[in-house]
Amino acid sequence: MKGLPPVLITAIVLVAGFALCAMQFPNIASTRVVGNLLTDNAFLGIVATGMTFVIISGGIDLSVGSVIGFTTVFVALAIERWGVPPLVAFVAILALSAAFGAAMGAVIHVFDLPPFIVTLAGMFLARGAGFLLSTESVPITAPVYSTVSDFALRMPGGGRLTAIAIIMLVIVIGGALLLQLTRFGANVYALGGSRATASLMGVAVGKMTVKIYMLSSLLAGIAGIVFSFYTSAGYSLSAVGVELDSIAAVVIGGTLLTGGQGSVIGTFLGVLIQGLIQTYINFDGTLSSWWTKIATGVLLFAFIALQQGLVALARRPVAKRAGAVS
Amino acid sequence: MTALLPRRGLAQILALIVILAVDRVVSPQFFDLRLQDGRLFGSMIDVLNRGTPVALLSLGMVLVIATRGIDLSVGAVMAICGAIAASLADSHGLPVVLAAALGAGLVCGLWNGFLVAVLGMQPIVATLILMVAGRGIAQLITEGRIVTFTSPDLVWLGNGAILGVPVPVAIALGMLILTGAVVRGSALGLLIEATGGNARASELAGVGTRAMILAVYVWCGVCAALAGVIAAADIMGADANNSGLWLELDAILAVVIGGTSLFGGRFSLVLAVLGALIIQTMNTGILLSGYPPEFNLLVKAVVVLAVLLLQSPKLSGFAGIMARLRRTKP
Repeated sequence: MKGLPPVLITAIVLVAGFALCAMQFPNIASTRVVGNLLTDNAFLGIVATGMTFVIISGGIDLSVGSVIGFTTVFVALAIERWGVPPLVAFVAILALSAAFGAAMGAVIHVFDLPPFIVTLAGMFLARGAGFLLSTESVPITAPVYSTVSDFALRMPGGGRLTAIAIIMLVIVIGGALLLQLTRFGANVYALGGSRATASLMGVAVGKMTVKIYMLSSLLAGIAGIVFSFYTSAGYSLSAVGVELDSIAAVVIGGTLLTGGQGSVIGTFLGVLIQGLIQTYINFDGTLSSWWTKIATGVLLFAFIALQQGLVALARRPVAKRAGAVS
Repeated sequence: MTALLPRRGLAQILALIVILAVDRVVSPQFFDLRLQDGRLFGSMIDVLNRGTPVALLSLGMVLVIATRGIDLSVGAVMAICGAIAASLADSHGLPVVLAAALGAGLVCGLWNGFLVAVLGMQPIVATLILMVAGRGIAQLITEGRIVTFTSPDLVWLGNGAILGVPVPVAIALGMLILTGAVVRGSALGLLIEATGGNARASELAGVGTRAMILAVYVWCGVCAALAGVIAAADIMGADANNSGLWLELDAILAVVIGGTSLFGGRFSLVLAVLGALIIQTMNTGILLSGYPPEFNLLVKAVVVLAVLLLQSPKLSGFAGIMARLRRTKP
């Protein structure tokens, strides 16, 4: 119940924003545009789902953009140069990125270091490793790619729900269920609330930390594969700055950056809001793309300030009640 | 001087010497210097010159980190101030250009400081806002173009020389001395360290922690502005997309290499600048050795991890070994 209001506000902002855009450009309110919006932001939605877990647990993962970049290059080279079947390449890269995340989580826990700086090192490492593989854009011509790219469910109104959009929706729903209905999800909230308390309650803090960062990197790996489907190429410089976009989506979605509160659904709405801003700017034509960054920054500020206010409000009555009981 | 360079600087100096030695092996003419047109040239000067932006950023960043904060927006602030300087350069005199750019940096710092000190936001979140929006603002100023200029005054800031020393290096040195004189010449440095060590206790002890936090973010913004102006002057143009990109990370890295803990408290300006020099010496070394510059990121990652593990509270690590060595000395 406590996590509901911020999500509700995000939903209201999205609906109101969509209505405003639709009033100005009636064409926006079509399944075609919505379908494209889902497709264009599929990789962001997947990565942001992982980021939600990390941030709710009180951490942060700056390495996800680099992991996406590395994944696209690895997949492209494996399929095109090394002659590995696509499915084997996918399994290999997912195992690799999960191991990478697990390693970061282990370093964070074992050496008691701030996640911010450890994942920063991970960011350099993954980007550097991607550069080492190839600095050129490697096109992917495997038949699987054209099959997946062409696959789409027809929506009423001519919109296309593409395969990568479906993958994203499945992951968002799966992530939401994992966070809300399982012991793992409850532990994530507990960790973000207070590590010490969680540990006293019997949560295996070390194992959880490793698993959370593993999940985030694994989802970044999946996002990388989706990104390679989206662009049909592998490029080590792709997805630069996606970590910021996904953190922004998580915050706009009402997740508390100090941890302990938030939801995957909110994050999904946050991704859609960012996509909507981009779509509006595309429709307008006269606005330049840098307005996306400014608008995102303004939204970020609004939501963080709102959270700050809500947290301050929430603290006051609790303190009073505690005083009354004692 | 002892106040500026504590004994714990030994590890950093050793690291710099080792990297310099490696560079000398890779490129035999590394230490060669020659005077041409009243300016010194050579790989060493190149290291100093190219290290200037990160060194300036780390000067501001180290104070912010000392208060247990972090400023992710410095790269974006560089882009904004570089864009302002480049757009005004050809129509206004140097004083106006500098005042406008540094003023913008000050305002950016004030904004960050306001969010952290007054609204009580987490520093990483508060500065994230400007990091995301800042590059957009910079592009708004340059209208999405790469603004070039020919103003000889501003170009001199990036490429000129004072007594043979490149101007950027002289500016960085001046800023180091100025910052050092202000924070170590007064109790300010101590108050900043107190704020980072335990903000609540310091507040109760009568330290104006809010004012301290506001001040360090403002100073960080001004340093970033100066770095942005120099970066723009160096290439005679402002590229809102790429100016200062990822430099916030290098600046944080420089501070961490300089031994300042991310958990706040003790800090050293000289060691932070030394950290920036170590990073740049590594970069230049990799370039000179003929390895592709892509190796930079990998090497940086390894260095971050190594330094982190040494600093880790769980490991007695290098610091512990050094302390023990010192204790056993007669």
